Amino acid sequence: MAPILEARQLEKSFGSVRALDHLDLTLDSGEVHGFLGPNGSGKSTTIRILLGLLRADAGTARLFGADPWNAVSLHSRLAYVPGDVNLWPKITGGEAIDLIAGLRGGADPARRSELLERFDLDPTKKTRSYSKGNRQKVALVAALASDVELLILDEPTSGLDPLMEREFQECIREVRSAGRTVLLSSHILAEVEALCDRVTIIRQGRTVQSGTLAELRHLRRTAVVVVCDGDAAGVAALPGVHDVRRDGEKVHFTADDDALPPALAHLLPLGVRSLISTPPSLEELFLHQYGEDDPSRAALSGGR
Amino acid sequence: MNATLVADRRDHPAREEKAGSLTGALSLFRFALRRDRVRIPAWALGVGGMAGYFAAVIPLAYPDQAALQTRANIMKDPSGALLTGPGYGLENYTFGAMVTNEILGMLAVAAALMSIFLITRHTRAEEESGRAELIRAGVVGRRAPLAAAILTLLTANAAIGATLAAGLLGSGLAFPDTLAVSAGMALVGLVFGGVAAVTAQLSEHSRTASGMAGAALALAFLLRGIGDSQSVGGSALSWFSPIAWAQQTRAFTDLRWWPLLLCLSLFAVLLTVAVVLTAHRDFGAGLLPARSGRGSARASLVHPVGLILRMERGSIAGWSVGLVAFAVLTGSMGEGIVESFEAQPQLAAVFGQGAGGDVLRATLASFTAYFAMAVAVYAVISVNRLRAEEADGRTGAILAASVSRPRWLLSSLLVTTLGSTVMLLLIGIGLGTGAGMSVGDPALAADFALAGLVYLPLVLGFAGLAALSYGILRGGTWWVWLILVSAIIVGLYGPLLNLPDAVADAEPFGLMPRVPAESLDPVPVTAAALAALLLIGAGAAAFRRRDLEAG
Repeated sequence: MAPILEARQLEKSFGSVRALDHLDLTLDSGEVHGFLGPNGSGKSTTIRILLGLLRADAGTARLFGADPWNAVSLHSRLAYVPGDVNLWPKITGGEAIDLIAGLRGGADPARRSELLERFDLDPTKKTRSYSKGNRQKVALVAALASDVELLILDEPTSGLDPLMEREFQECIREVRSAGRTVLLSSHILAEVEALCDRVTIIRQGRTVQSGTLAELRHLRRTAVVVVCDGDAAGVAALPGVHDVRRDGEKVHFTADDDALPPALAHLLPLGVRSLISTPPSLEELFLHQYGEDDPSRAALSGGR
Repeated sequence: MNATLVADRRDHPAREEKAGSLTGALSLFRFALRRDRVRIPAWALGVGGMAGYFAAVIPLAYPDQAALQTRANIMKDPSGALLTGPGYGLENYTFGAMVTNEILGMLAVAAALMSIFLITRHTRAEEESGRAELIRAGVVGRRAPLAAAILTLLTANAAIGATLAAGLLGSGLAFPDTLAVSAGMALVGLVFGGVAAVTAQLSEHSRTASGMAGAALALAFLLRGIGDSQSVGGSALSWFSPIAWAQQTRAFTDLRWWPLLLCLSLFAVLLTVAVVLTAHRDFGAGLLPARSGRGSARASLVHPVGLILRMERGSIAGWSVGLVAFAVLTGSMGEGIVESFEAQPQLAAVFGQGAGGDVLRATLASFTAYFAMAVAVYAVISVNRLRAEEADGRTGAILAASVSRPRWLLSSLLVTTLGSTVMLLLIGIGLGTGAGMSVGDPALAADFALAGLVYLPLVLGFAGLAALSYGILRGGTWWVWLILVSAIIVGLYGPLLNLPDAVADAEPFGLMPRVPAESLDPVPVTAAALAALLLIGAGAAAFRRRDLEAG
């Protein structure tokens, strides 16, 4: 089946600034796809090319199999939440929701009022009086209440409080079980880890990793802390086991993905009393991607 | 009322809090001056330049006492007084008397507008945007932002007063009277700055605050106009208007100072009210509750045209009301203008009119062209709003829904066309009705009802230029304004400027047939319509090809 969204070798420059440099991104039907990258790495530029708002200098972009530059009619099959939601003055939040949803085909009224309640949004307030979080909610309600195949969400939770963020995650799970496709651009790793089937990590306009979370975890070592009756420090002799360190009766080590079974086989006869195994978090993957040849990126750490 | 409020305030126990409520005002004042370092000098130069301009032009247009007396006769007419002043010194009209009677009112309105914008910009707009929150979180007292805004207001009005005085003194007018006129203008500015300081406390939104203050200014303008048109020297009604107080100094005729005390007292009262109100409200809150609106949209809004119309309707209504009011007033002066043209053929030449024929119809037809210039300005401003929509990211949201770029651009142009049509219709009807009332010829209203529409293709041509500039975007709008403003200047002052015939003939407003004084020549109108279509088509094509800037 053809991908819902596809970008191949996309290039885009703004003057002398190279925003996209051979970027690849593929979204299959029914998946929630995380689109990760630090600020200014080209996430929004990619999305705006896929929406036909910008034209790529080179490479191919495909939206539902068509060229997005001439595909306005396809927009009725998708909903978009921009990263920085700006609403029209003089109208209310409710009117803004109906406007955004209505221009692409309309919202389900029951779903709309349910979402207003869940996101605790007063639709009778004028848009000027809304905070950033409330403006974000307007765009989210308009998107989630629409019956569309594809949701394109550009950092949708910036400005939402933790309760609302939890509600948002619940909504995305419902969207996924309804079989819709989601592109979730974010730098909040916990959110991506909780929601996404696959992720694409980009940096300076270039795709550096793409795959399922499990595949990406292959690339990093699992951290293990073990307490044994015998001396566990002997695992250091096994290939693929690193950073062995003793801390009282605990022994810490890290193991490559394929070194884990032999390491456990080595430990079990020694009488394991306690064992904690921590798979690499997305945060570690992320820091690994950005940290190694650019130390300044390490400051990015926890997302927001 | 003032006294009670102040007494009320004294009852509050927190003395030390009061001492600190102005902390930081001076730093904020310096910051405000820095932010306005271009605006205030620009206003001052504009006001001084206007004084210099009139000083240079009026002796040319009214070279001798007879000519000045002709002018004075127009001002004796109630419709003349409605737009200008109470009419002191009409028996022996001089340039100075003209300044007090005709120009001061206009300058006072300008000073009032400057002051309203200044105060709202530095108080409520800052609070609404959240920037003032950063400021107030520092060591800054509760009343410091208002105090800094008031200091800026004083500075700005002092600056425009000084340049006006310099301009008038430069043309040889007497010092005490010049001082009275300049101080009068600056004091009217202060009064309306004070009004804005109060309305800024009332509403949460800066637009509502400046709107309320602007309504107060419109009321003052109306009261003075109606009051002054009742009798020479003004009537009791005039005295309810601060603008009248400035004119009532009778500068250059029979100077008296005390009316200016009224301005000062009202300013003091307004300031006290604003200061007291500041202390009685929360940061960011207004004293009037914000109204809530509809929870869901009517179907008419969910459409590009509906949305743009909703955003534009306030501005269309404002322009329409202003234009129709001026059209009726201009029309009602028609008879006086015709008389002065007959007495003064050189004045008629300035307005591009020869003697003979139906002078009134020909004159009104020329005025229709001047009003059409204003509609062209509206059309360009209206199309230019697309730029702000795009920069704020809202256009991106529309285009990400199922709205194509040509549809968005054409929807916007449709609203501009609608607004321009309404305005041009109202202008014709207004001019005809006003003139019809003044000369007792009701047929004029019907004759002029459609006259304005002759200019619709030309107005749309300028909208098309703006659409093309939006389609290209990067080129800016300056060239559109350059073309429009040149056309307006040549159209208005062409005969005065002694331009080569080729330039004067190319002025597009002059190319349109002067309906109903002339017959409707379809050639220039059709040519303008074709040009409009071509420009709009080119604009849509350019917009389709380029990247969107934001959103």
